[in-house]
Parts: sequence; C-alpha cells; structure tokens
Amino acid sequence: MNDRYSRQILFDSIGEEGQELLANKHVLIIGAGALGTGNAEILARAGVGKITIVDRDYVEWSNLQRQQLFSEEDAKYRMPKAVAARERLEQLNSDIEVEGLVMDAGAEELRQLTEFVHLIIDATDNFDTRLLMNDISQETKIPWIYGACVGSYGLSYSIIPGETPCLSCLLEKVPMGGATCDTAGIIAPAVQMVVAHQTAEALKLLTGNKDALRNKLVSFDLWNNHYMAMDVRKLKKQDCPSCGNHPSYPYLNPENQTKTAVLCGRDTVQIRPSEHGERDLEELSGVLSRLGGRVEQNPYLLSYRANEQHRLVFFKDGRVLIHGTKDIAEAKNLYYSLIG
Amino acid sequence: MKLVVNGNTMEVAGVQTVGDLIKELKLAGKGAIVELNEEILSKSEHAEAVLANGDKVEIVHFVGGG
Ligand SMILES: [Zn+2]
Repeated sequence: MNDRYSRQILFDSIGEEGQELLANKHVLIIGAGALGTGNAEILARAGVGKITIVDRDYVEWSNLQRQQLFSEEDAKYRMPKAVAARERLEQLNSDIEVEGLVMDAGAEELRQLTEFVHLIIDATDNFDTRLLMNDISQETKIPWIYGACVGSYGLSYSIIPGETPCLSCLLEKVPMGGATCDTAGIIAPAVQMVVAHQTAEALKLLTGNKDALRNKLVSFDLWNNHYMAMDVRKLKKQDCPSCGNHPSYPYLNPENQTKTAVLCGRDTVQIRPSEHGERDLEELSGVLSRLGGRVEQNPYLLSYRANEQHRLVFFKDGRVLIHGTKDIAEAKNLYYSLIG
Repeated sequence: MKLVVNGNTMEVAGVQTVGDLIKELKLAGKGAIVELNEEILSKSEHAEAVLANGDKVEIVHFVGGG
C-alpha cells in the first residue's frame, strides 16, 4: 500500500470511505477522443475500480493537440483509440482494471455494455449516440453526464434518472448541422473545462456525495469570457418519451435509429438519419465551403469533395451518400466529423 | 432595440420575439434554451415571448463535438 491516493483522501468529502467506494465502481466512457481521454485519465488516476472505454476510430496526427492519452507513435501506427487509451491508462494506474473496446456502439452494444456499470460518461461526437445513451440510461436508471465542446465553447449536464430532466427534455428535437470540431476547430482548454465539470460530478456521484451535485446546465465560452449555470429543472416534461410518466424510449426503436448501408458495387455507404427534418443545404454549403474542397449544389442535393478519396452527397431529406468507401465505420467518422 | 444577450449589449433590428432572436443569432435547430430576464422559457414559449428594450437574455445552445 503506497500513498497514491493520500491527497484525495485528505479532501474531506471523499476521505477513506469515498476512496473505497471509488475502488468498487465501474464507469463506462463512450468515446476516446478529446473528452474521453481527458475523463479517462482523471478517473483512472483517482482510482475508479474499473473503466471501460469504447471507440470506433483510430489515432491521427490532428488528434494529438488535445487528445491527452495519445502519442506520436499511436498516430504513426494508426492505433485504434480504445487500444492506445487502454495501454496508456494501464501505465498510469496498474491498481485498476481497464477495458478498451474497438467498436461502434449502437443500441444493442450499449445495452450489453451498461450491465454492472454505475455511471456513463458521454464523450461522443454526435447526437445520435447521445440520444441512445439517454434512453438506455432512463431504462436502466444509470446516470450519465453529457459533455460537448467546439471552438472555445463547451457545456455539460448531469442526467439522473427519476430526478433531473433528460437530454430529450432539453433538446426536444435532434439538432442538425451544427458546428463540429472538424468544421469550427477546437482549443484544448475548452476540452479540459468540460472534462473538469464532468469528472467533478462523476467523483461526487461515485463517492456517495449526491447532495453536492451541481443540478445546473453549465456552459462557457473561454475566448469570449462568458460563463453560465442555468437551472433547467423546470424543463422536465411529464410526457417526455424518454423520461416521462409513460416512456417509450424512442431511440431504442430500430425505426428511429440512424441507418447505414453499404451500396453494393458502388463503393458507397448510405447514412439515413433518424429524424425526418429537412437538411438546410444553404447553411451546410456555407460551412463546407469554408473548409476548402469543392461544393456543388442543386435544389435537391449538395455534393462535397472532402478529400481525394471521398465525396459526400447530402440530400434535402437528410440522407447522405459517402462515395469512396465500403467501410461503415470510416463513413460514419467522416459524416459525424462534418455534421456532428 | 437594445438587448443584453449572454452579458453583451447588442442592438437588434427586426427582432420581436425570442424565436426571432434565436434565428438572428443562427441558433435555430440547435436546441437553444433561453432565460428571459432570469425566467427560463419552455421551447414552445419561444415563438410568443415578446422582447422589450433592455431585456436580459441568456441563451445556451447545444453542440455535438467532443
Ligand atoms: Zn426527458
């Protein structure tokens, strides 16, 4: 026994008792990008007994500026993020159990992963997975902590089933075509600020300090020097399909999930988003033009050449064709990096 | 009309309601949550909530990055 956790135990609200609680907790982190690696490092060092981290992507050079568990070696060898993260976490704390899973977490996968889990940390890059996570959290009564950032802006909210509003209450409709880290950039301090908010709430929940939870939606813009904490409890809806009195968990229904299909013989993947709103091609055209790459448009669709290999065609009804790949994971990466 | 939006005083023209302001700020479809003079509004109230000179508006919008 060394004094690895001594400073954390000295912190009154955690103490010996809290530290023991942490050692018996299992946290599931969905995503091993900027937020995922940040959350995982803090929770591993803090001594959370088991951490499962899931990601479908591999490490690239453009990740190193903010994704703190990865090295140049990882980028050079295109290591799967979940594997590179697990290896680094094991170096940081060999007392705990770390599981790194290379997979695209859909409804079925998430259901299995949440078995015996005490808390889910959101570190994804898209709303489809978040809404899935939100329904599974309500169904299983496992809390989850939303976090997101882009540019110098970020926000976080802790969702406690049976107590707080859920993500569906707050959003009502799936946002479409927002800014992403690949279209608007991101600075590392914005990531760290969200990670700080998520992990502080995680430590409170895991050490039995529920009374200390923030209960507010926090948001900030580090470049424009604006900070806010909003009490959103009034937004909890009795008739919410995810957390209301008669929940139907709509995002667990295969009908409502984003569908992907490889189009045979065409070297193309089709992605069909869950919601039926119209895509704003004008706005999308503006966003994509600023990235470079050629944008062509007619009243029904927009074609965008992302790089030598890939061309994306966005239809007004929401569908997207990704030409130049038969790999669904690769197509999803490209899609979510541009659309969010 | 002068509004204080997220702590910044701004002059807006052609904006009458909270819904108009959300569009003006290009936050439509981003799940914006709005507090008008420290009272939180439900989304269904955005279109009807009329703004007056000097109103204090706080807006949080959702992003997907991470
Ligand atoms: Zn809800």
